[in-house]
Amino acid sequence: MALTKIEINPMTRLEGHGKISMFLDEKGNVDNAFFQVVELRGYERFLQGMPIEEVPRTVSTICGVCRAVHFTASMKASDGVYNVEPTPTARKIREIFFNAHYVEDHAAILYALGFPDFVVGPTANPAERNLIGLVNAVGAETGKLVLRKRYAAVKVLEMLGGKPIHPVAALPGGWSKRVTQDERKEIMALAEEMVELGQLTLKIFGDVVLNNPEYVKLVTGDVYKVVTNYLGSVDENDKVAFYEGTQKFIDTNGKEIARFKGKEYLDYIAERVLPWSYLKMPYMKQKGWKGVVDGPDTSLYSVGPLPRLNVASGMPTPLAQEAYEKMFSVFGHKPVHNIMGYHWARAIELLCAAENIRELAKDETLCNPEVRSKLGPASEGVGIVEAPRGTLIHHYVTDEKGIVEKANIVVATTHNKGPINVAVKRAAQNFIKDGVINEGLLNMVELAYRPYDLCLACATHALPGHDPLQIDIYDHEGKPYKTLKNF
Amino acid sequence: MADKKLRLAVLMAGACGGCDMAIVDISETLVDVLPSLEVVFWAPTVADVKYKDLEAMPDKSIDVGLISGMIRLDEHEHMCKVMRAKCNVIVAYGACAAMGGIPGMANMHTKEEIFQTAYFDTFSTDNPEGVTPQPSYLLDGKYDLTLPTFYPYVRPIQSVIDVDFFLGGCPPHHSVVLNALVAILKGELPPKGSWITNGKAVCDVCVRNPRNTDEKREMVKEVRRTIDGDPDENKCLLQQGYMCLGPITQGDCGALCPKVNIPCAGCGGPIPGVKDFGLRAVSAIASLMDNEDLVNQIPSPVKLFYRYSLPSSMLGKKVKKV
Repeated sequence: MALTKIEINPMTRLEGHGKISMFLDEKGNVDNAFFQVVELRGYERFLQGMPIEEVPRTVSTICGVCRAVHFTASMKASDGVYNVEPTPTARKIREIFFNAHYVEDHAAILYALGFPDFVVGPTANPAERNLIGLVNAVGAETGKLVLRKRYAAVKVLEMLGGKPIHPVAALPGGWSKRVTQDERKEIMALAEEMVELGQLTLKIFGDVVLNNPEYVKLVTGDVYKVVTNYLGSVDENDKVAFYEGTQKFIDTNGKEIARFKGKEYLDYIAERVLPWSYLKMPYMKQKGWKGVVDGPDTSLYSVGPLPRLNVASGMPTPLAQEAYEKMFSVFGHKPVHNIMGYHWARAIELLCAAENIRELAKDETLCNPEVRSKLGPASEGVGIVEAPRGTLIHHYVTDEKGIVEKANIVVATTHNKGPINVAVKRAAQNFIKDGVINEGLLNMVELAYRPYDLCLACATHALPGHDPLQIDIYDHEGKPYKTLKNF
Repeated sequence: MADKKLRLAVLMAGACGGCDMAIVDISETLVDVLPSLEVVFWAPTVADVKYKDLEAMPDKSIDVGLISGMIRLDEHEHMCKVMRAKCNVIVAYGACAAMGGIPGMANMHTKEEIFQTAYFDTFSTDNPEGVTPQPSYLLDGKYDLTLPTFYPYVRPIQSVIDVDFFLGGCPPHHSVVLNALVAILKGELPPKGSWITNGKAVCDVCVRNPRNTDEKREMVKEVRRTIDGDPDENKCLLQQGYMCLGPITQGDCGALCPKVNIPCAGCGGPIPGVKDFGLRAVSAIASLMDNEDLVNQIPSPVKLFYRYSLPSSMLGKKVKKV
């Protein structure tokens, strides 16, 4: 069979450059499509030999957009290495810090990536379908207001973490920085701004998306639907947990199939090496490797905002809980497989994280001086957090001096590699038929991977709301046939 | 500010996106600066313009190009060369571009070692067929899939193109980025080949510096890791035995790390006049030691002294055992 190859290159993604390769059969229908991640930096190797306490600020640089997540997961792993719990004060500081990251990151993603499709319009001129177009649409004052309120979270990150990006204050069993009463009061005030940002964000989502029947159809319809298992963390009340919880798997029907903590992840998750992508593809170990397919029998699972809301029975804070109930009442079922639901879930989580900070900052014990625990002997530790993009696992084995001997990192976007591949293939097969390819296809393909975000695209999720895409079409002999672009 | 808009291009090579986010973190003020700028290219992160469009622009048609990230792929090298051709001024923006950065620590290992860890040895890896990613692979006999070439070593950008200015930080603090943008807009740049810096060391701006507190500087009497004890929050970290690289690191950050009781790790780049950051760091720290034996107590010295700069050092890459 002579296949025509279509490459979408570059799509923006985590640390560098990725692409989508599609293959058309003789009738011009999509035979298959592949989401390829094309870079590797080798952290798991060069962390070997490093003192474990230096690892958090080093692995933070895996991603500068997810500025606090690798940092936090590896810090928790360092607790495990020394078999120690952080002091109650250190734990509160860490949680405020981590939730502040949620606020600034979810805000960046939504306003830069999610909303422009809806506010500016999915079929609008691609050159305007970005953050700048968004600001033009909502007005400069609203744009500035959003940026200012998001900056409240950046301020908290710098105050507690040292540097606002690639923070440094992590210590095994603690935190290097103590909080003064003045700082606590400042955090309380900043938290109010963040809560307002969360409410404003949900209002914008409601006004723009939910009040538009066409968009509601896009969000709840079958075009962008990927049926997988889901993984997310829940607290002791089965509510969504960001900083710490139990990792819970549900199947495609919403039935709980497993729970695990810490090192048990190795009993449930394996990462398949692929010869055509630098990124490995995880799957549920008990179900066995079944390839890149979704549906009730799939061994693929998804992580991130929508999966977290799918696996949990609710939100831990009152305003977010209200929004959560509204979301599932609109969909009318659970779990939700409609991937546009990621954006909605993201907005709900933004508000939840802001409420978390408001609650945590009320506590005067935040200013206690006890921020460091006494360490035990060093050996092995696993740190798991819910990064904004999903479950993130850092695992280290050290020698008795706490020098890293082995490292294993399973990144949120890695978990989603298979589902993203399915989403992209489905969109391609939906929209490319009988050899008819037009510019509209481009944004339809973009729409398929964008909800997952974003850590795919350190870059992409930084600002634009629009990924520049070029499709180079080659004939079956490999000769250039046609070029399409959306810029 | 100039009447004419300044034409700006931003490229992310082998970077994490932190340098891009530092620009975003300028926040509201960025909206005020934007009218003075014409962003003609910002990829793959922000603008809609693609590589091929940059390639099609006339040579020297862009005033300033910022490049973040190191060189690991053939694609990174190619795009840096395109940027050089199109921009009148190139700034190596951030620690990776200027020195190789944290990903440059990979130079202590060969490509084969890195692949061995990532695709075979890691705990959760499942690789029954023993495969590794290939530059070109025919899947199922019909899908020809390609990947960019992974170079054997990481390089800073000045190893592949001529660089006009350097900006330190991992990433540069957003206030530093704003200052640099304003300096560029006003045309107030230092001589070619310089770092855009206030010229001070982290120690110069650190409130813990004995010189700033009128105390006597003492020799370092022990080597301590940050897990060893709770530092006195008012005293110099180095003097307390914590390996702080403040003496040789540019202090444009305002000593952010010592402010939260963590020693400086050198992300700001070398103080003026220093070429090899790590060598100078070794020399500076060793000269402050009370006795020679203390030097042997520093864990993982390469990953301390060269954490951000190994690819730009005279050592550069893995030393072969003979």
